[in-house]
Amino acid sequence: MSIWINEKTKVLIQGITGSQGTFHGTRMVEYGTDIVGGVTPGKGGQSVEFPGRTVPVFDTMTEAVSTTGAVASVIYVPARFAAPAIVEAADTFHELNGDGLIVCITEGIPTLDMVKVVSHLEKRPGVRLIGPNCPGIISPGDEGGCKIGIMPGYIHAKGRIGIISKSGTLTYEAVSQTMSIGEGQTTCVGIGGDPVNGTGFIECLEAFQKDPETKAVVMIGEIGGTAEEEAAEWSKDNFSKPIVGFVAGATAPPGKRMGHAGAIISGGKGTAQEKFAAFEDAGIHIARDPSKIGEALASALVEAGLRES
Amino acid sequence: MNIHEYQAKAMFRESGVPVQQGIHCTTVDQALSAYDSLGSDVVAVKSQIHAGGRGKGDLFCPNSGDLVMQGGVKVAFSREEVEEFASNILDHRLVTKQTGPSGKMVSNLYVEAGCDIAHEYYLALLVDRENDSILIMGSTEGGVDIEEVAETSPDAIHKAWFNPSNGLSEEVADSLGTSLGLSGNSHGSFVEMIGNLASVFVEKDCSMVEINPLVRTGEGSMVALDAKVSFDENASFRHPWWADLRDISEESDVEVRAHEHGLSYVDLEGNIGCLVNGAGLAMATMDVIKLYGGEPANFLDIGGGADSESITAAFGIILEDSSLEGILVNIFGGIIRCDMVARSIIEASEETGLQVPLVVRFSGTNHEEGRKVLEDSDLDVITVSTLGDAGEAIVNAIGGDST
Repeated sequence: MSIWINEKTKVLIQGITGSQGTFHGTRMVEYGTDIVGGVTPGKGGQSVEFPGRTVPVFDTMTEAVSTTGAVASVIYVPARFAAPAIVEAADTFHELNGDGLIVCITEGIPTLDMVKVVSHLEKRPGVRLIGPNCPGIISPGDEGGCKIGIMPGYIHAKGRIGIISKSGTLTYEAVSQTMSIGEGQTTCVGIGGDPVNGTGFIECLEAFQKDPETKAVVMIGEIGGTAEEEAAEWSKDNFSKPIVGFVAGATAPPGKRMGHAGAIISGGKGTAQEKFAAFEDAGIHIARDPSKIGEALASALVEAGLRES
Repeated sequence: MNIHEYQAKAMFRESGVPVQQGIHCTTVDQALSAYDSLGSDVVAVKSQIHAGGRGKGDLFCPNSGDLVMQGGVKVAFSREEVEEFASNILDHRLVTKQTGPSGKMVSNLYVEAGCDIAHEYYLALLVDRENDSILIMGSTEGGVDIEEVAETSPDAIHKAWFNPSNGLSEEVADSLGTSLGLSGNSHGSFVEMIGNLASVFVEKDCSMVEINPLVRTGEGSMVALDAKVSFDENASFRHPWWADLRDISEESDVEVRAHEHGLSYVDLEGNIGCLVNGAGLAMATMDVIKLYGGEPANFLDIGGGADSESITAAFGIILEDSSLEGILVNIFGGIIRCDMVARSIIEASEETGLQVPLVVRFSGTNHEEGRKVLEDSDLDVITVSTLGDAGEAIVNAIGGDST
């Protein structure tokens, strides 16, 4: 089991003929993702060769979804076209399927575009957006699995740990930490490092709570905003599985943006110290060194009677 | 991206947000002609730098280091005073609580007609990330630090939200004006102004607009007496005109150069340079250095598209730091291959004549090959497997716990 995606999920690529779309499309197909086609306006009728399969290109999402029966889409289009691409995907899934999953990898989308997108998505309650500015989502299977994004597939293995993270490479670090203690993953969700985005920590925790295969969660936050604090507070009454938490940016100076658009301590708010404190207050197991996430996870599993010490 | 007050006010004026008449100057002579043409007995002579706290800042002579004048914003009651203040401001170093001790050289001045102030308010618009909307924050206590007001009298702060798709409704504007205790003409003036300001915020892709103080004049109209505006750089593709407003001298030279190489760099106080792929991992690397008793010299994310050239540039930028004592490279290969990074590190070390200890931690794509490339080279490098080991190794390599 996994959350939101599995090996049967039919996926489209928006921006499939671009260099990013083709490059990552190939890697997704190699991993086992069921890529069924893609969209590039003006290139409808063409096709794209991936290892072992040739998929059609459509001009619009409506044609793509109605022809292929896709239920998910991954967006690799440049930042200036990304917000309209999300809206097009959301409207299409809403109208044709009633629900759908959109994963937006694109970095650098204007913040107000995202504010507008998020309020548009409120009118499309069945549609879930992951990202933008994220590595995507992956659910390892028995062989291969479903990978929708840019993460290196081979570092993952099927297992019982859920991972939620604002970061890219730091998520890979968390994955390799679970592997270092012989644990695999159900699903890893990169929610992205932008200040305004789609799916948040709490929605991921809700889904992991419901997923019987997920036995524990690793949650990776970073400075900026209060999403970690809210998730920690929420988890007190609503999440029964062990959580291991790390927050990046304890040494970041205030008022400086640390790479991610959302990673900024402003007006003294959004510090790693506050977030770690909120984690501790909620009984979340803390790793202050990301290379100790594995250790913290192992002891959390032992404590919960899920692992022999 | 931040802009100067005079630039923000020009934008306000065009957009129907009331401001006083004012003229941008770069010389004392210009300041004097500005005074003559404004025809106002009282004018404000205002230093133009991007940092806040100008009014309470101090001006120093850049050569002697002597204090020249207290206060970077002065009210002049005569032509002579304009001359005196302008001379004391231009080409001097303004130190405010936001500039840091080295301050900022002032090369721009704004001379603005005086204003009959009945009351000072605070007004700000910003993106509210928790509510996915735009937040308007108004306070009846203007001209003071808003964070202090939030601490001491939170009841004085009033908030309202709007969505950029719909714009600010008149009802919301109306009720915010009432909350701020405005009535009659002042209320009408406020509602019109905040409506225009909301449009400016959305149309120009602002990330923050702060007016402190916003004043009610003796006649009851509302005027933006200060203006601080930041734009969302992600939206620069639809605002080519921003290029003309950009004042590169206000930005950190090294950060600008790093940006040109596709690197995301922030200078810090410590002595251990970091080179990392990914923003979250770069922050985590700094944190681990600190955890093992060291101090990071920088944040540096080489990004997903890094190549040999940008890695060499990154080494060059790290080595510019005179307090640098060691470098930690932490790469989790995904799209980036560790063997490529290894070869780039060797090239960069030769090119830059690297003399400080170097610790490299590779994980992910081709990490074994990368490690082998380094170990087979002549480079004096410590290779480790985990981030924790990396933090410990670099702190030991530069002579142990620095705390």
